[in-house]
Amino acid sequence: MTNQDQDYISYYRTMVTIRQFETLAGELFAAAKIPGFIHLSIGQEASAVGVCSCLRSDDYLTTTHRGHGHMIAKGADVKKMVAEIFGKKTGYCKGKGGSMHIADFSLGILGANGVVAGGLPIVTGAGVSIKMRKTDQVAVCFYGDGAANRGTVHEAMNMASIWKLPIVFVIENNHYASTTPQNYACSVSDIHSRSASYNIPGTAVDGNNVLKVREVTLKAVQRARKGDGPSAIESKTYRIRGHFEGDPQKYRTESEVAAWKNKNDPIKRFGDYLAQKKILTKELNQQIWHEVQYELKEAVAFAEQSPYPEPQEALDDLWVNYHS
Amino acid sequence: MSDRILSCSAALAEALHEEMSRDETIFILGEDLTAHAGIFGQFKGLPEKFPDRIIDTPISETAILGVGLGSALTGMRPFVDLHFSDFVTCCMDELANQTAKIRYMFGGQVNVPMVIWCPDGGGLRAAAQHSQSLEAWFVHTPGLKVVVPSEPADVKGLIKAAIRDDDPVMVFQHKKLFARQGKVPENDFTIPLGQAATKREGKDVSLLCYGSGFYLCTEAVKELGHLNVDVEVVDLRTLKPLDMDTVAHSIKKTHRAVVVHEACLTGGFGAELTARIQDELFDYLDAPVKRVAAKDVPIPFSPPLEDYVLPKVSDVVRAARTVAYR
Repeated sequence: MTNQDQDYISYYRTMVTIRQFETLAGELFAAAKIPGFIHLSIGQEASAVGVCSCLRSDDYLTTTHRGHGHMIAKGADVKKMVAEIFGKKTGYCKGKGGSMHIADFSLGILGANGVVAGGLPIVTGAGVSIKMRKTDQVAVCFYGDGAANRGTVHEAMNMASIWKLPIVFVIENNHYASTTPQNYACSVSDIHSRSASYNIPGTAVDGNNVLKVREVTLKAVQRARKGDGPSAIESKTYRIRGHFEGDPQKYRTESEVAAWKNKNDPIKRFGDYLAQKKILTKELNQQIWHEVQYELKEAVAFAEQSPYPEPQEALDDLWVNYHS
Repeated sequence: MSDRILSCSAALAEALHEEMSRDETIFILGEDLTAHAGIFGQFKGLPEKFPDRIIDTPISETAILGVGLGSALTGMRPFVDLHFSDFVTCCMDELANQTAKIRYMFGGQVNVPMVIWCPDGGGLRAAAQHSQSLEAWFVHTPGLKVVVPSEPADVKGLIKAAIRDDDPVMVFQHKKLFARQGKVPENDFTIPLGQAATKREGKDVSLLCYGSGFYLCTEAVKELGHLNVDVEVVDLRTLKPLDMDTVAHSIKKTHRAVVVHEACLTGGFGAELTARIQDELFDYLDAPVKRVAAKDVPIPFSPPLEDYVLPKVSDVVRAARTVAYR
């Protein structure tokens, strides 16, 4: 296997990890093992992996309420993720964050965010920080077609442009902002076209084709690293599950979902491509699915066996120091 | 160490000069900073000395606060100038939902060393959207420290402490006080956050105040003296954390208290402080605690209207006499 083949297998494995993680999370939620509510990214794996495969571990990332996949693609520990989603003490945030507020600052993940478009002003700050510290890091922000309509996007993109910040804005257009279709809520059909008004190059990509996503992201990341400024990428994809688990999904038809699921599954597409290239054999494919399944089983066992935080730990971690 | 007379503006500029010379990760971010060295001249000399570390922004409060936060999460120590405290509403999500919560939500993984500097207050005929005193909103937001200096020495010492603090700190500095002068030590000193100062000792009534309220109290001292009411003036300086020990020490001596602030009455910081006093010091009180505050309307423009709404020295005198039963 060539180095490139090994890389491709690694992207495939990460996509499979995201798919199985999300599928399992959905099952555990249905079994009432996960408190609160969760948002799954099944169907959007190519977008997460295509983008994050272009990043170094010291590059920054902000993600969204639908952030499990981005975290995994940036290298997060699935054990600590499951434990956090379960509300356990061993989770990434000691149970204080939950599904919508996971972060791993050691991997440059500046956090998922419960506020739609909440990551854009933060990533702009990371860009300023990179520039002031004179490093060659890059900061990437995932946001959705819903977030694209928030005013914060305007402020952040304008600032990123005038200061030529090393940022890649990744619009994951999954066609629905909760229940609201993109073609109703957006003034344009190609959201990336808005970046022209900030003098930021924008491009659309088939978000269910991991290698295409990777190709456009590599260009954008290289541009940012060189100091040539921000880029915008619109990754056109589709959310197979509801906005949240339990969403009655009255805003779309079953046939629409089935069309994406059956004809445009990013994992099947990449798997078929790799099989055709004779990089992924049937055996290796099975092995990958089994290994990931085992890894996640271990993660769930770790989370289940982990203790809940003591109630009074609710009072910890607010301040670095507080003297009254 | 000798003291010099400095204005509050000059004290702020000196604090920033000293801190920015000491630590190159500190930078200032906000609107209209460099052309006039701040709209109140509060950044005098900084654009020349630190041209790369004082950044003019577009009018984009959301992104300004967000840039502060994102840079604080990644190794910098931002000093964010909100221009007028009133504009905090334009970046409320970045402040209250992100900055205040990020360390906690993420289980203490990260520090947010950031100062949000907010020129506030009325009396300048600036009307309803440029005159507010909003500190109570942020006292009510877990995750933010709240500092309200009054005298120039407090400005310098508290700003330096706020910059060195690893948590987000909001500093409310009254616009009308920028030109106020006072003695400021020349040395490199800080005033710890959460330390009140008893600035005048007295035996009859504790006047608990901060920011512009401090000057209402000091101006009331003389008239109250003529009326034979000997007041103690406690400048709280930091509202969160609150120095309840100094408050308690004063009330255990005087047994009577008046809380004075420029913010409007209902739900103001006086309500919180009064609640804590009745809870923790009830047995020491000889009279109900009174509050002096602005009336519960937006700040109006016309001088007779604004003067009527804002608290006055005579309000402090009346309240002190009431609790002293004189």
